[in-house]
Amino acid sequence: MAKTLLSVEGLAVEFDTRDGVARVIDDLSISLAEGETLGIVGESGCGKSMTALSIMGLVPIPPGRIAAGRIFLDDEDLLQASEARMREVRGNEISMIFQEPMTSLNPVYSIGNQIAETARLHEGLSRADAFQRALEMLVAVGIPAADKRIHEFPHQMSGGMRQRVMIAMALACQPRVLIADEPTTALDVTVQAQIFDLLNDLKDRTGTAIIMITHDMGAIAEMAQRVVVMYAGRVVEQADVDQILTDPRHPYTQGLIRCVPHLTQNPTKERPPLLEIPGVVPPLTQLGSGCPFAPRCQYADAQCRAEMPPTKAIDDGHTVACWLTEREAAA
Amino acid sequence: MQFLTVVIRRSLYAFLLLLAVIVFNYTLLFLVPGDIAETIAGESGGASAELMAEIRRSYGLDQPFYVQLFGYVGRVLQGDLGSSYYFNVPVLDLILGRLGPTLLLVVTSLLLAIFTGTLFGVIASQRPNGIFSHFITILALIGFSAPVFWTAFLLIILFVSMLQILPLSGLAEPLTESGTWQWYLDVAYHLILPVVSLSSIYLAQYSRLARASMMDILGSDYIRTARAKGLGQRVIIYKHALRNAVIPVITIAGLQFSHIFSGAVVIETVFSWPGLGTLAFESILRGDTPTIMGILFFSAFVVIIFNLLTDLAYRIVDPRIRLSNTA
Repeated sequence: MAKTLLSVEGLAVEFDTRDGVARVIDDLSISLAEGETLGIVGESGCGKSMTALSIMGLVPIPPGRIAAGRIFLDDEDLLQASEARMREVRGNEISMIFQEPMTSLNPVYSIGNQIAETARLHEGLSRADAFQRALEMLVAVGIPAADKRIHEFPHQMSGGMRQRVMIAMALACQPRVLIADEPTTALDVTVQAQIFDLLNDLKDRTGTAIIMITHDMGAIAEMAQRVVVMYAGRVVEQADVDQILTDPRHPYTQGLIRCVPHLTQNPTKERPPLLEIPGVVPPLTQLGSGCPFAPRCQYADAQCRAEMPPTKAIDDGHTVACWLTEREAAA
Repeated sequence: MQFLTVVIRRSLYAFLLLLAVIVFNYTLLFLVPGDIAETIAGESGGASAELMAEIRRSYGLDQPFYVQLFGYVGRVLQGDLGSSYYFNVPVLDLILGRLGPTLLLVVTSLLLAIFTGTLFGVIASQRPNGIFSHFITILALIGFSAPVFWTAFLLIILFVSMLQILPLSGLAEPLTESGTWQWYLDVAYHLILPVVSLSSIYLAQYSRLARASMMDILGSDYIRTARAKGLGQRVIIYKHALRNAVIPVITIAGLQFSHIFSGAVVIETVFSWPGLGTLAFESILRGDTPTIMGILFFSAFVVIIFNLLTDLAYRIVDPRIRLSNTA
């Protein structure tokens, strides 16, 4: 087992809203080993992006608030770190790429300038050296004619190219952790595959650990070694990717996997119905004491609605928070 | 290359526009009731019927309208704006003598409004509900609602009558020798009140605009990217956000240049500033048609030049415009 690089312990994040306090992340514990790709899956609004922002120290405070927990990078608690220290960490030790490559780059600066900026900031490189670094990064992320395109502006590039630029920028200082927040959602399917290949390739070369946030089980199968399934700000299941895909235990995980359409060889004959999970993630201000998934769960009973299920280890590295599994284990 | 094409095309448009302005102004002033010959005769202290006819003939006033118009356009194209009836000197000399003070007033006011307004807006956007932000809102409300001459009079009452720290009017003290550094200092001193009065409206507008624009941009994705890079707040605001936020301010400032130019007429009159505004005002009262037309022509010229400059400023700030092929 590789050394643990980043670990989140008992994190809770709250937001003040008009309807009261929303606990967007509750008792979240995850860990990331060196060189590993950890997938975080879940629907919109279940706290995936907020987890990423918490690690980056970019939760808007107020209205947000870190209510509890610790986030360790090696042995340093990032939640206790000063803002100046966090600025050193961001972009240098932990980098992040975002969902929207079209709008995530500043339209008035050339891409070379924007990549070089990170290198100058964290490594104190001269202008010329930083541009050299930017050029190397652009080549590394597979931008054709990088020496010309380095002077181009974001509006002159396609979405896939811009996401490559974002990746180049994020990796310019060889960070130890890369958080990719739905990096391919806005992209074409073929471009998605290219970006996944690129990320896998860069990870193999640099050893950067990746936290891959997505709602796409296909992306998880492609990228991750370990998977955390989140629902309403909590971890409901955690396991190796094979276990999650072949033996999902939590009804929510099962639902997410059933949502992925399958290609059949002969589509005219038998078409399995594409299932969905009924309902939506409940408003986080209105969570009761029970399992947050209970209102949408076909197996839910009185206990599910009344009490929060404990997190139970059922196998090596496979944990589930569901009364169903709990009772099966007891029986 | 592409830049040159744009400049040439724009210059051609500007020339055609100027031509239209001349024709339009001439027609408009021709339709104004009143006999120009009488005005001229009045300046020379009364005249007989023969003298009136003589004046009409020598100024070409007995010709049909289109002949007069073409004659005027032709002379303007050769750089001859005619002679003032009142001063009896070429209008061009008259205007060039007055252009400096006006440009000084207008450009200083505009720059003050843009820079201070943007700065205020940026500061206010940091704390959208803070005291300074409310102060900006109130300042903007007052600036919008108060007519410039009223603001000017209030400032005069405060700084000239009560505090007695600023001069009332004119370009400089009459006894200061022009061209010396003391004279420049004196001009700057005399410039304060007119500039503050004239820029008040625009300052208010630009503060509001910059504040809204900054708040919009600070919530955008690329600012989040900048934070994720580890950049400090100051760099994020003044490098990444400001350059984007200033684009709408340039747009409005460019559009308003003609507006501020006409505002200068009022301010120059209030402060006896020896610029084009006072000349225009006096010439209208005197019925000095060639001078009025010359000033109108020149104003149009200056406004068009500034619109061109705005376009160029855009291209410097925003690469999306610089690199697009639409001119």
